[in-house]
Amino acid sequence: MAAKNLPMRDALRRALMEEMERDENVFVMGQEVGVWQGTHRVTQGFLEKFGERRVRDTPISEMAIAGAAVGAAMAGLRPVAEMMTINFAFLALDAMINHAAKIHYMFNGQFKVPAVFRAASGWGNQATATHSHTPEVIWAHFPGMYVATPATAGDAYGMLKTAIRNDNPILFSESIGLYPRPGQVPDDPDYMLPIGKADVKREGKHVTLVTYARGLEWCTAAAKELEKDGVQCEIVDMRWLRPLDTATVFESFKKTNRAVIVEESLPFYSFGSEIAAQIQEHCFDYMDAPVKRVSALDVPVPYSHDLELMCFPNAQKVVEAVKSIL
Amino acid sequence: MALDKATLLDWYRQMVLIREFEEACQHLYNEKRITGVYLHLASGHEAIYVGAVAAMRVGTDHIITAYRDHGIALALGMDAGRVMAEMMGKRDGVSGGKGGSMHLASAEHNFYGGYAIVGGHLPLATGLALACKYRGNDQFVISMIGDGATNNGYFHEALNMSGVDKLPNIWIIENNGYGMGTSVEKAAGNPILHERARGYGIEDYGRVDGQDVIAMYDAVSRAAKHAVEHGPVLIEAMTYRYRGHGVSDKQYDTRLKAELEEWKATKDPIEILKRHIAKEHGDVSAELDAIHQAQLKIVEESIQFADASPLPNTLEELFAHVYVD
Ligand SMILES: Cc1ncc(C[n+]2csc(CCOP(=O)(O)OP(=O)(O)O)c2C)c(N)n1
Ligand SMILES: [Mg+2]
Repeated sequence: MAAKNLPMRDALRRALMEEMERDENVFVMGQEVGVWQGTHRVTQGFLEKFGERRVRDTPISEMAIAGAAVGAAMAGLRPVAEMMTINFAFLALDAMINHAAKIHYMFNGQFKVPAVFRAASGWGNQATATHSHTPEVIWAHFPGMYVATPATAGDAYGMLKTAIRNDNPILFSESIGLYPRPGQVPDDPDYMLPIGKADVKREGKHVTLVTYARGLEWCTAAAKELEKDGVQCEIVDMRWLRPLDTATVFESFKKTNRAVIVEESLPFYSFGSEIAAQIQEHCFDYMDAPVKRVSALDVPVPYSHDLELMCFPNAQKVVEAVKSIL
Repeated sequence: MALDKATLLDWYRQMVLIREFEEACQHLYNEKRITGVYLHLASGHEAIYVGAVAAMRVGTDHIITAYRDHGIALALGMDAGRVMAEMMGKRDGVSGGKGGSMHLASAEHNFYGGYAIVGGHLPLATGLALACKYRGNDQFVISMIGDGATNNGYFHEALNMSGVDKLPNIWIIENNGYGMGTSVEKAAGNPILHERARGYGIEDYGRVDGQDVIAMYDAVSRAAKHAVEHGPVLIEAMTYRYRGHGVSDKQYDTRLKAELEEWKATKDPIEILKRHIAKEHGDVSAELDAIHQAQLKIVEESIQFADASPLPNTLEELFAHVYVD
């Protein structure tokens, strides 16, 4: 398939633009999406192209942005609400958890909520304690909500299209550090990646690295490093935190018998906890070593740069974790 | 309002300190000596901070704000060196390097901090005032509010509760016309923001010229008496920010250049005060100049102090204060 090399930011922009061209009911709303061209430039050029009806700048009103997206979706539109950063989505948590994720069930299937909540997520650049969260698992905790966490430009393209065309509410998390990263993006306006399907990004036989979003970078770098010592890592990129493709994880684990789980987020009640629990429950007879986890440290994120860096995972920490279980 | 020369000169001193400090921050950011994505300068807003702080008893009354917090810290008399050290994430910073530009605070000055979640600090101000009333003392709480922040739930809930309980809150909207790139007209159903007071049972002081330190001092002084005796007051202080929303956003500034130039040329808070002093007290340009030079020196020394302070870099520092021991 023909493809172009694009940064993830441009891949997202293209997916969103094509979906808006394809379906009149798709529109974007959020803070600074129009005149300012999007805080992370994903909606650059949208206001000029689609006008104020479909590119809706809002007040700083997260609760109303998310709640209005739910209402518009119930009425048959397909809103893509931009929460600016995931830190601000905390203010809208109730609309998303208590309403978006419940309405289809609570009214026995009478209404559906095909809303996408886009949010930039992640730390870096000294954004400090309240602006450095990667809390996607909070949304993934709740049945009724799907959570997308793409790691590459091509995946972001295909997953955003899938999310927009899906009839369920979806938190679509975009890792801030990945926006500028280039990747191959197919030239196909109907390129859709199946919902809840993980992707084996690298094959190997000695250890399985289970990760998502920015974790893929650290895993890939670690795998290259470990290869020098003859260690072959298999990397499973989950792509979605819900639905969670445990089948792909188990299949890989049954081959390698070892796993390291790598995530950008906090360790307590986490992605790592969930995957580790599932592996021991379903692959107990295949375990040759304890399942290891690499995550952020269990501490708020401070401003000062050296302290900030200490908090977070990197390729070296992944290498060490792998070596500790070989 | 008759004010003595010494008071006016002191306000001039504070405003010049804030202006020069912010200039230095911009410069240090360009040189990558202050780093990170967030640095929101207060240039243009000086009269609001200096006038409001002048009306409070520093260390007795209480104050809280959002991320645009450098000006308040300096107006309160916090040490410029320690504030600058915080900008650089240094160990001697007011928050030990953990907070940075957006999270200055000083318990000693009853400055409860700068906060980066828009509107998030407003219910905290309600609670601070609740504590005053609970204790039955004569203290009040000043809370700064961005015009953009008046549109989220925090604002409505915080002000309403303050109105219901008649708490000693002085709510000051710093209306600089924009929240990031969105104008007040595009963000508020009714762009006359002070009129919201009525909906909450709060005393409406209307619009006050936020570029005139004397007008600010006068309004906040009256508000202080009202807040303690009768309950909350809302002031809409009209101002303009001279820089982009934050340093990393300035290339996206959507405002009209002409608008900015007009504010600078005709409504600069420092120039307004200078004209007032000249009118009341004659030619004091030599004094003003000496004050200006002294502030430049303070800023320079603050940078030296910050440069000399070490960066925190131990696990012990990282994990300190997650919980109270
Ligand atoms: C809850 C929340 N939503 C969005 C943001 C992003 N944001 C930071 S500052 C800002 C604009 C605030 O404008 P205003 O209240 O007018 O204050 P000003 O910057 O003009 O001082 C926005 C949207 C945030 N920090 N918190
Ligand atoms: Mg504003």
